[in-house]
Amino acid sequence: MTKPLPLSRRSMIALATGASASLALPLPALATTKRSAKKLVEKVVADINRIIDSGKGETAMLADFEQVFADYADVETIARYALGVEARSASVAQINAFTEAFRKYMSTKYGKRFREFIGGRVEVQEARLVKSFYEVSTTAYLQGMAPFEVTFLVSDRSGEEKFFNMFIEGLNMLLSERTEIGAMLDKRRGSLDLTIQDLQNLN
Amino acid sequence: MQRFKDKLMKIRQKNPLVVFLTQVPSAVCRKLWVFAVSALALSACAAPENLEAIYDPYESVNRRTHEFNKGLDRALLRPASGVYSEFVPSGLATGISNFSNFLDLPGEVLNNVLQFDLAGAMTNSARFAVNGTVGFLGLYDAAAEVGLYAVSADFGQTLDKWGVGEGAFIELPIYGASTARDTVGSGVDALLNPLSYILPDEWQFVGTGIDTVAMIGDRARFATTVDSVLYESADSYSQARLFYLQSRRHELGMRLEEEDYFDPYEGLYD
Repeated sequence: MTKPLPLSRRSMIALATGASASLALPLPALATTKRSAKKLVEKVVADINRIIDSGKGETAMLADFEQVFADYADVETIARYALGVEARSASVAQINAFTEAFRKYMSTKYGKRFREFIGGRVEVQEARLVKSFYEVSTTAYLQGMAPFEVTFLVSDRSGEEKFFNMFIEGLNMLLSERTEIGAMLDKRRGSLDLTIQDLQNLN
Repeated sequence: MQRFKDKLMKIRQKNPLVVFLTQVPSAVCRKLWVFAVSALALSACAAPENLEAIYDPYESVNRRTHEFNKGLDRALLRPASGVYSEFVPSGLATGISNFSNFLDLPGEVLNNVLQFDLAGAMTNSARFAVNGTVGFLGLYDAAAEVGLYAVSADFGQTLDKWGVGEGAFIELPIYGASTARDTVGSGVDALLNPLSYILPDEWQFVGTGIDTVAMIGDRARFATTVDSVLYESADSYSQARLFYLQSRRHELGMRLEEEDYFDPYEGLYD
């Protein structure tokens, strides 16, 4: 039943450049360490804090959040997971179109929530190895609320060190998005093309 | 005993949830309680297998309640929260939210004690003392400034600590997402709330009034998230259910086991 997933253009490029880089330089393979995973999340948090403090208009802030997503999130993997089994029968073109629509949808959806963080701050705590990735825990301090936990899962297996999941007080982002995309597909009788179209129109 | 009965009657008259459950229309609501209690009894041992498991045998009833709640939000809560964020300055909104949290503290201390969590009981008591004085009767959260954060506790959590399983997911009218265990917990919390025994009768409305206003305030503050779940998702019921179950279990101290972490890269780049 299992058939190999089609590689996206981007991951092929990543593979190719990764391969040529390893031929050219006898450096150890790119590897996420406890320290680098923590550092990545620190950068994400610093960027988000900077955007919130910038006092720009909402549209400008949303654009900045989109950039944070582009820079630090492994949107391809998140998109593929959100698609679930559907990804297996999808064509490369469909996957690519879906990923692009999904990227925009995610950054808008999560970027819009920045208001809730105004006046708050996030502190990076610890990183620990889980399976093949690192879990970086942070504490969010929002006004008038007990501090709560936000964790990021960081991996470099896409070729670049990025985060591919986050848990906000236990709420699994990947799982929410798989539920959401699954529901969208159900409503459209399983049509991926219609789902892609509607996802593009959402933005 | 008579005093308890009197108080019980008062709470019934003041607490909107209890009013709803006992009076609107009472026959249906009694059934709901019997249903919740028996569901809990039936599933007393049903603890979730992991952080992400969903046990929802009453899904079709729950979905209808969800639509009702959504209609209520659309007609009342959302417009009210719009007015709230328009006209209530953020400093006042924070004060109201703090005051509502302050009034919750006695009930939380009671549950801390019932859970044998003496450290939590002390922290919450200290919060009550600090915020009740330096914090201008709870309007200002002075305790948080010195790192004394609320150790949230409710009777659903107490039942969890006592080993009662979570039971089925239930969406309650007005109240929203819950489980069989948390439904019983909310009812017990409403009855046990020390505040209703301490406050003089003519001040009983304060707790309920502030809770309602604070709820509108929370709806305003988390408007984007709530709107995104209720109105921008393809299936708001599944999203709300996922949201509630995961955050609640996290709050109760459940954590993912290492083998339950999903690794999306497994098989993808090997």
